[in-house]
This record gives sequence, C-alpha cells and structure tokens, in this order.
Amino acid sequence: MNRKWIAGWLFILPFLVVFLAFLVAPLFYAGYLSLWTKGLATGTTFAGFDNYTRAFEDPSFRKGLWFVLRFSAVVIPLQIIVALVAALVLDEVTGRLARFSRLVIFLPYAIPAVLGALMWGFLYSPSFGPIEQIATAFDVRAPFLLSQGNIFYGLLNVVTWQWSGYYMIIIYAALRSIDTSIYEAARIDGANARQIALRIKVPMVSSALVLILVFSLIGTLQFFTEPQILAPIANGSVTPDFTPNIYAYNIAFRYAQFNYASAISFSLGFVVFLAVGIFMFVTRKKGSIFT
Amino acid sequence: MTRPRHIWAKLLLLAMVCYFLIPVWWLLVASTKNAEGLFSGNGALWFSHGFHFFENLGDLFTYNNGEYLRWLGNSALYAFAGGIGCTVVSVLAGYGFAKFSFRGRNLVFAAVLGSVMVPLTALVIPTFVLMSNAGLTDTVWAVILPSLLSPFAVYLMRVYASASVPDELLDAARIDGAGELRTFVRVALPLMRPGVITVLLLSIVSTWNNFFLPLTMLSTSKLYPLTVGIGLWEQLASSNNGGGQSLWNLIITGSLVSIVPLVVAFLTLQKYWQGGLAVGSLK
Repeated sequence: MNRKWIAGWLFILPFLVVFLAFLVAPLFYAGYLSLWTKGLATGTTFAGFDNYTRAFEDPSFRKGLWFVLRFSAVVIPLQIIVALVAALVLDEVTGRLARFSRLVIFLPYAIPAVLGALMWGFLYSPSFGPIEQIATAFDVRAPFLLSQGNIFYGLLNVVTWQWSGYYMIIIYAALRSIDTSIYEAARIDGANARQIALRIKVPMVSSALVLILVFSLIGTLQFFTEPQILAPIANGSVTPDFTPNIYAYNIAFRYAQFNYASAISFSLGFVVFLAVGIFMFVTRKKGSIFT
Repeated sequence: MTRPRHIWAKLLLLAMVCYFLIPVWWLLVASTKNAEGLFSGNGALWFSHGFHFFENLGDLFTYNNGEYLRWLGNSALYAFAGGIGCTVVSVLAGYGFAKFSFRGRNLVFAAVLGSVMVPLTALVIPTFVLMSNAGLTDTVWAVILPSLLSPFAVYLMRVYASASVPDELLDAARIDGAGELRTFVRVALPLMRPGVITVLLLSIVSTWNNFFLPLTMLSTSKLYPLTVGIGLWEQLASSNNGGGQSLWNLIITGSLVSIVPLVVAFLTLQKYWQGGLAVGSLK
C-alpha cells in the first residue's frame, strides 16, 4: 500500500515539476512584478495596485479588451454554427464526398495560424488578391478587408476558417458515439430528420459544445497571432494596442516596461478566468469537464 | 424520399470544401508564378504563363545562406522535442492520476483542471523575465521547456487511462511480481496507444504552430522556427516596397512547403486522432 502511494506521486512528478516551473512560478512572478513600478529616476518602488488601476483606466487596454470581447461575441457563435452544421451533415451523409469534405474542413487546423492569416491577407490584398480582380471585372469597388472599418470582418473570416474544422471533428466524434437505436425509436415515433438533429443529436453533444465554447473563449480573448501577422500589410489598421496581448507585448518589448506589461497580462488572465468562470456557472447543469 | 435532402446536403458540403480549400489552392497556384505573374493583376486563382515552381523552390532554399532550411530544422526540433516531451510527461501524469489513489491527488488534479482556464499567453512575458534571469532566453531551451506544459493533455490522458486500462489487469501484473514501471510500460501503455498518439499529434501541432512564445524568447534569427521566420520575411517584404518584391515569392513558396509536413502527418494518422479526439468530449 505504501509503495503504491509513492508510485502515484512518482508518476505525476515530472508533470508537477513542469507545472510548477512554467505555470505556477510565472503566475506568481507576474503577480509580484505587477505590484512594483520601475522609474528612470526613482528606481524600482512598491506600487501596490497602482498598475492595475492604471491598466483598467488605460484607454488602450480598455479599447483592446472591448475589441476581443466584441470579437468573441461574434466569432464563437459563428464557429460553433459552422462546426455543428458541418458535423450534422457529415453524420448524415456517407460516401467518398463526405470523407473528403471531413478532411478538407479539418485541414486548416494543421496549418499554422501565422500562415492561415498570411494566406487570407494575400487573398484580401488589392495588389495580388482575387477579390480586387473579381470586383474590377464587374466594375465595382472591392472592399479592402483589412481597412480600419473592415478588419473586424477580415479577422472574423480568418479565425472561422482556421478553427471551425477542429471543432467540427470534436462534435462529429461525439455524434458518432451516440447509440443509433435512439434514432430508430424517434423515427418510429414519427420524428423527421430535422427533429432528430435538433431534438436528439444537439442535446446529446452538449458537453462537447460546452468544451468547444470554453476553448474558443480562452483562445479568442488571447488574440495575438493573426492581427500581429496582418499588421504589416493592413496599412495601420492594427494598432500597437489592438488587443490586450499585442499591447502587453509592445509595452514589454518596445518600451521595456515589464512591470506594467505583467499587470496587463495578469489583468487579461483575470478577465479570461472570470469570463470562463461565469460561463461555467451558467452552463453547469449541462455537464462539462470541470464538474 | 431521402434523395432530395441528400442533394442539398451534398451541395452544402461542396460549398464548404470550396471555402476551406480556397486559400490553399491560391497558395498552390501562386507558388508556380514568378514576381511578374504574381503582380500581373489577372487570374489570381489560376496559373499564369510559365511554370516557376522549381525556380522558386531553389530561391527559397538558397536565400540568405539557406536560412529557410535552418528554420525548417528548428521547427522540427522544437516540435519533436517539445511534442514528445510533453506527451511523455502528460501520459505519465494522466496514468498516475487515473490509477493511483494517494493523498493530495484530488487537490493537485483540481489545480491542474483550474489551470486549463489560465490563458497561457498571459504567462509568456513573466516566463520571459524568469528565463532571462536564468540566462536561458535566446536558446532552444526557452522554446522547448515551456512547451512541455499541457494541462489539457494530462486531463485527456487521465480520462483515457481510466476508460481503457482495467484495474484487474494491473493487479494481475503486480501479483506476478512486476514493478510499477514495468506494469505501466508492458500492460497499460499498449492499451493507451490511440490516446497517446492523439496527444502526441496535438502537442506536436501546437509547438510547430506556436508563434508568440518563440517570437518573445528568441532574438537570434538563426534560432527562429518557420512561423517567426516567415513573419520576419513578411515584415521585410512589406517595409521596403519594390526591393521586397522578390521576397513575396519566397514567402508564398515557403508557406506552402511548411504546411506540407503536418498535413501529411494528419492524413496518414487519421484513424488515430479521429477516435482519440472524441475522448475529451465524451465524459
């Protein structure tokens, strides 16, 4: 019995070391850093919560936060609808086309976000993208999807393209694991295909949907790679404070203000934690990985 | 009766296939063009006269003393070292959490689950400062070591181990006198194989695709992975218009070459990850 006790700890020990070194330590260190201020004349002084007051009053941080919250509110439902529709169709249709589509829809997941953003950036580009050319052929003015007013939609498309397939596979796998005799029973009761999809299939994959929602919420609030990559070709639409993560990166590495950058990171982490926590609480009945 | 419905479903699938393939198709076509064809302004989605793919490939591998090949090698190193390391650590921990009851287990596991909600990029800047204090920034370790952490992989392996490894089998091995490590390697691991391959694939992908971590940790371009390297080229190309034109061809061909390995890996390992991915969502 004693031997098993030790063996259990030994199995989790390597992970525990990594966990302490790269999660717990940076977390506490960020918390510690954020409580100090470094001035050129004054040196490093204790600032208490000043950095946080500064962060939440900083129009740049607030602007970035507002952008990612707005973006999440649109992109998450959009991705889930695309993924759910694709999964439901693929669950219904069989054959070569279905197998091929499943792979193609999943394909973007295997492509780095850097390259996904770059490819769409090229497609949007007035100098060698098809959008401009098609518009010219029809004699209309093409929208530049990276302009100040349109970049929200330009990014929406990139992110939906990149992640929907991964979510589709998760939902599809959950659908495949449902016992098909339930559908038979429903059909005998007179349910049509649409009713089966909406009343039986969707509720039965709800825990997969919750998992996806949480993942995409965490991912979107940390938005960094796509706007950062599109910045050089977006003619200034992507400002240095475009998202909280981009802002923290610029404060740290352009202005070397690591204390304030840590406070921004920590504040963002807190907002993510809060958002996910609220979401978990709201959906707790549905059953999720955290219960 | 069912025929017309399926026709609509198939049309929908075709539309989706087109949408998801368009960027890749464009990349494929564009990689066969020279700078002139690229900027000629007609037919971005179709081939221009002249096939310049191999010419572009040659330029790609020789530009700036072959820095692209170096980045390709770096990406492979980070992805394999980080991915394999992460898988080993996570599989051991998942098995430990699933098959042993020890004091403190539930507390530690709750902390691991809670940490799934911590946005990992929020830790990049403090990790950078810690690494810099230890003199490890701008080395391969700065990219590989933080990649070993994946609380979600641990969760996935715990679920997988509980579902696929029966306790009776482990007890039988123990009665036969096998030690814990031997029981794990000989009895449990073969049963967990699909889950292990899924976690391996997922962690290799996330390291290969990572951008924020290497971008902050590395300042020597010789250590860059592909993602950061191509990002650098893009910045160079867009900042000096005209002189940078030839770089766009390299970026396009370089992007195409760098998506090939993972796409091939996913295609060949299909039956593993398609089943394995379901596990996380079933519970």
